[in-house]
Amino acid sequence: MEIVMAIVIGILFMTATYLMLSKSLLRIIVGTGLLSHGAHLLILTMGGLKRGAAPLLGEQGPYTDPLPQALILTAIVISFGVTAFFLVLAYRAYKELGTDNIEKMRGNRGNE
Amino acid sequence: MSLLHLAIIAPLLWAILVPLFYKSFRQIHTGWFVLPLPIILFIYFFSFISTTRHQAIVMETLNWIPSMGINFTAKVDGLGLLFALLITGIGALVILYSIYYLSKTKEKLNTFYTYLLLFMGAMLGVVLSDNLIVMYAFWELTSFSSFLLIGYWYHREKSRYGAQKSMIITVFGGLAMLGGIVLLHLMTGSFSITEIISQSQDIVSHSLFIPALLCVLLGAFTKSAQFPFHIWLPDAMEAPTPVSAYLHSATMVKAGIYLVARLTPVFAVDGLWVWLVAGFGIVTLFWGSFSAVKQTDLKSILAFSTVSQLGLIMSLLGVGAAALHFPGVKDNLYIVATTAAVFHLINHATFKGSLFMVAGIVDHETGTRDIRKLGGLMHFMPITFTIAIIGTFSMAGLPPFNGFLSKEMFFTGMLHVLELDLFNIQSVAILFPIIAWIASVFTFIYSMMLVFKTFTGKHQPEKLDKKPHEAPIGMLISPTILASLVIIIFFFPNSLLSENIISPALAAIFPSLLNTGTEFVTHIGIWHGPTPELFMTLGVIALGILLYLTFPKWRKVYKLFPDKLALNRLYDGIIDRSQSGSYRLTTSYMTGSIRSYLVYIFTFFIIILATSLVVKDAFKLDTVHVSSIGIYELLLALFVVIGAISTVFAKTRLASILLLGAVGYTVSLFYVLFRAPDLALTQLVIETVSVALFLVCFYHLPKLRKEDSRVRFKLTNALISVGVGVMVTLIALSAHSNKFFKSISQYYIENTYTEAAGKNMVNVILVDFRGFDTLFEITVLAIASLGIYGMIRLRLTRRDEE
Repeated sequence: MEIVMAIVIGILFMTATYLMLSKSLLRIIVGTGLLSHGAHLLILTMGGLKRGAAPLLGEQGPYTDPLPQALILTAIVISFGVTAFFLVLAYRAYKELGTDNIEKMRGNRGNE
Repeated sequence: MSLLHLAIIAPLLWAILVPLFYKSFRQIHTGWFVLPLPIILFIYFFSFISTTRHQAIVMETLNWIPSMGINFTAKVDGLGLLFALLITGIGALVILYSIYYLSKTKEKLNTFYTYLLLFMGAMLGVVLSDNLIVMYAFWELTSFSSFLLIGYWYHREKSRYGAQKSMIITVFGGLAMLGGIVLLHLMTGSFSITEIISQSQDIVSHSLFIPALLCVLLGAFTKSAQFPFHIWLPDAMEAPTPVSAYLHSATMVKAGIYLVARLTPVFAVDGLWVWLVAGFGIVTLFWGSFSAVKQTDLKSILAFSTVSQLGLIMSLLGVGAAALHFPGVKDNLYIVATTAAVFHLINHATFKGSLFMVAGIVDHETGTRDIRKLGGLMHFMPITFTIAIIGTFSMAGLPPFNGFLSKEMFFTGMLHVLELDLFNIQSVAILFPIIAWIASVFTFIYSMMLVFKTFTGKHQPEKLDKKPHEAPIGMLISPTILASLVIIIFFFPNSLLSENIISPALAAIFPSLLNTGTEFVTHIGIWHGPTPELFMTLGVIALGILLYLTFPKWRKVYKLFPDKLALNRLYDGIIDRSQSGSYRLTTSYMTGSIRSYLVYIFTFFIIILATSLVVKDAFKLDTVHVSSIGIYELLLALFVVIGAISTVFAKTRLASILLLGAVGYTVSLFYVLFRAPDLALTQLVIETVSVALFLVCFYHLPKLRKEDSRVRFKLTNALISVGVGVMVTLIALSAHSNKFFKSISQYYIENTYTEAAGKNMVNVILVDFRGFDTLFEITVLAIASLGIYGMIRLRLTRRDEE
C-alpha cells in the first residue's frame, strides 16, 4: 500500500506544481490545496500505514504511530488558514485590479 | 585584559564618548577632548623603549577563540613599538592641528573625531597584534575608517568617488591577505606570527608557500599604494588635510610596509619575495616621482610623492630581505638597506607630515591648492615658508635635513644590489641604482616645485579667493614640531633613534640573524667621504636644478602617456562594467514574476534531490515491509488521482472548486482507513468550510479563462511538474524503505495516560506534549484572520470614500 500511496502522492504533487505554475490565481489556489493534501499523505505514509489500531488507548494495541497524525492535524489547520487568506487576497486583488492573471497584475514595468 | 590591551582599544572606547562630549560642550572644540588620549598613549608606549632596546618582548594574551587558535595576543617588540609611537605621536600632532583646521561651528566634529579615533585604535591593533586573524580584523577596520574619513565631506562627489575607490582597492587586497593568512595556517597550523616565523624553514618547500606569499603581498601592495594599485591614494586626497597627513602619509599607508617587514622572516627565505618586494618598490618609486612632477595641485603632488616614497621604503625592505641569506650581523651588506627603510619610514613621517600641514595651511589661508594660482606667498607667510623649505629639502635629500641621511643610505642599499649573487638578480641588478637615481632626480624636481611655485615668484592676488596671511599660531605648532624633528634627527640620528628605535626594529625583522648576546649596531653617519653615494646626490642636485629650470621645455614628455592607457581608466572601466554586468545578470533572472521564482525553486528542488539520491545512493525500494492493499484503498487512490488530474483540465471555476473538494473528501476517507480518526474528522470539517468559502467567493472570483496556450509554456510547466512528482514519489519510497532511527513515538504511546491523563494520543500530543506548537498554530490562524478581516474592511472604507 505504501508504494501505491507514494505514486498517488507523486501525482498530487505533480498536478499541484502544474497548477501553481499557471497564471490564473484561482488555479494557483487550487494548486496549493492539492499540494497540502500531498504533503499530508506523504507524512502519513512515511510513518508507515496500517501498523496497528487507531491511537486511542481504549483500542487493542499495538497502535499506529500517533506522531505523524499530530503533525498532520496541525498542518491541515494551517493550510486551511493559508487557503482562506489566499482566497480573500485573490478576491480582493481581482476586485481592485480587474484581472486574475498574475502577469497582468504586475502592471506596466514603468510604474514600478 | 592587561593594560596593553586597554591601551590598544582605548581609542575605540574614547570614540564612544566623543559624540556625548560634542553634544554637551558645543562651545569647546571637540579636538581638545580627544587630544589628551594620543598624548597619554604616546607616553605609555614611550616607556616600552627601555624594554625593547634590550630586545625584550612584551606579550599579553587575551583568550578570544582558543579552540581555533584565535586569541587577542598583544605583542610589543621593536617594530611594533616604532609604529605605535608613530601612530600616537603623529596622531597627537594631527589632532592638535585639526583643532585649528576644522571649524567648530561649520563641521560635524563628532563624526570626524569618532572616525579618527576608530582609525587610531585599529591601526594600533594592526601593529601590536601577534595573531594574524586579529591583525586582519584591525586591518580591515583601518580600511573602513579610511573610507569614512575620505568621504567625510560626503556631499562632494569626488569625496564619495575617492572613498569608494580606496575601499574597493584596499579591501580587495585585504581579502587576498586573509587568503594568505589561511594558507599560512594550513601550512603551520597556527595564526601566531611568532609561531609561524619559528616554522619558516619548514614551510618554504610547501606547495602552498608561493600562493600564500603572493596573497600576502597583494594585501601589502594595495594598502601601501604600490604600483599599479597606487591609484586610490591621489583620490584619497579629498579627505580633510589632517586626515591626509595622518592616514594617507604617515600611518595607514605604511601598514603594508609594516606587514612586509613583519613577515620578512617568514617569506624572505624564497628569492621571489626579494624580487617582488624590491621590484614593485622600485617601479612605484619611479612612477610616483615621475607622476608627481606633472601635478598642479599641492596635495596631488604630495600624494604621488607619498606613493613614490612608499615605493622607496618597500624596495629597501626587498633588498634588505636578502640579508637573511647571509649569516650573522657583522659584514652583512644588506642590513643597511633595512636600516635605511626603517630610518626613512620615520623621516618620511616627519617631513611629509609637516608638508601636508603646510599644504593645509596654504589651502586654508588662500582658498586654493593650485600651484598655477599660487606664488609669492613667502612675504605673507614666512613661518609656513620656512617649514615648507625644511620639509621639501629633506624630501629632496639635501643636508642638513634627515632626508639626506636616509637618501644616502638608500643609495648604499641600492648599490649593494650589484653585489647580490642570489636568485639570478645580476642580470637586472644594474637597473636598481639607475632607477633609484632617476627617481631621485624627479623627487628633487617636484620638491622644488612644491616650495618655490607656492612661495616665490609672482603673487597673483586676483586668482585667490582670500587675502593670504600667516596661519594662526595653533595651526603652526604641529608642523613646527615636525620640522624641528627633521633637523634634530639630522644632527643626532644615533643618540635619538639608532639604539632606541631602529636596532630593536631590526631585531624584530631579522630574529634569526641574532645569536645570543649579539645585537644590531646601527650607526648613521653624516659624512662618509667621497663615496659613490655622495656623487650620486651631487648628480641629483645638478640635474634636478637643470630640469627644474627647463621644465616648460620637456613638459611634453607627459603627453606621451595618453589618458586612455591610464590605470584610472582601467579602474573606472572595471567598476562600470561590473556594475552594469551585475545589473544585467540580476535583472535577467529576477524578473519580478512569481512564476519564474517558482520555476527556480522547483527546478532546484528536482536537481538537488536527484543529485543527492544518486550521489548518496539513497534510493532503495523495500517491497517486503509493506502493508496490504485493500480494494477500498485502491478505489480511493484512483479517485484522488482522477480528481487531481481533472483539476488541471477543468474548464470552469465551479468544476475546479468541486474537484478540489472531492480530492479533499477522498483524502479524509484515506485517514479513516489509515486509522487516523482525528484527522478524518478535522479534514471533513475543514474541507466543508473550505468549499463553502470557495463558493461564497464564487461570484466574486474571476472566471477561469483559457490558459495561455503556447506549447512551450505548457511543456515547461509539464516537464517541471512531472519532475517534481517523480522526485516526491522516489523520496516517499526511499523514506519508507530506509529506516535509520527508531521511532520516538513509543514515548508518547506509553506516557499519554500517565503524564497527561488522556486517552487520545494525537490530542494529547497536540495540547499537552507539543502545546506550544499548537499555541503558535493558533497564532498563525489569528494573524491570517486579522489579515482577512483587514482586507475586507479596507475595501469597505475605500468604497465609503468613493
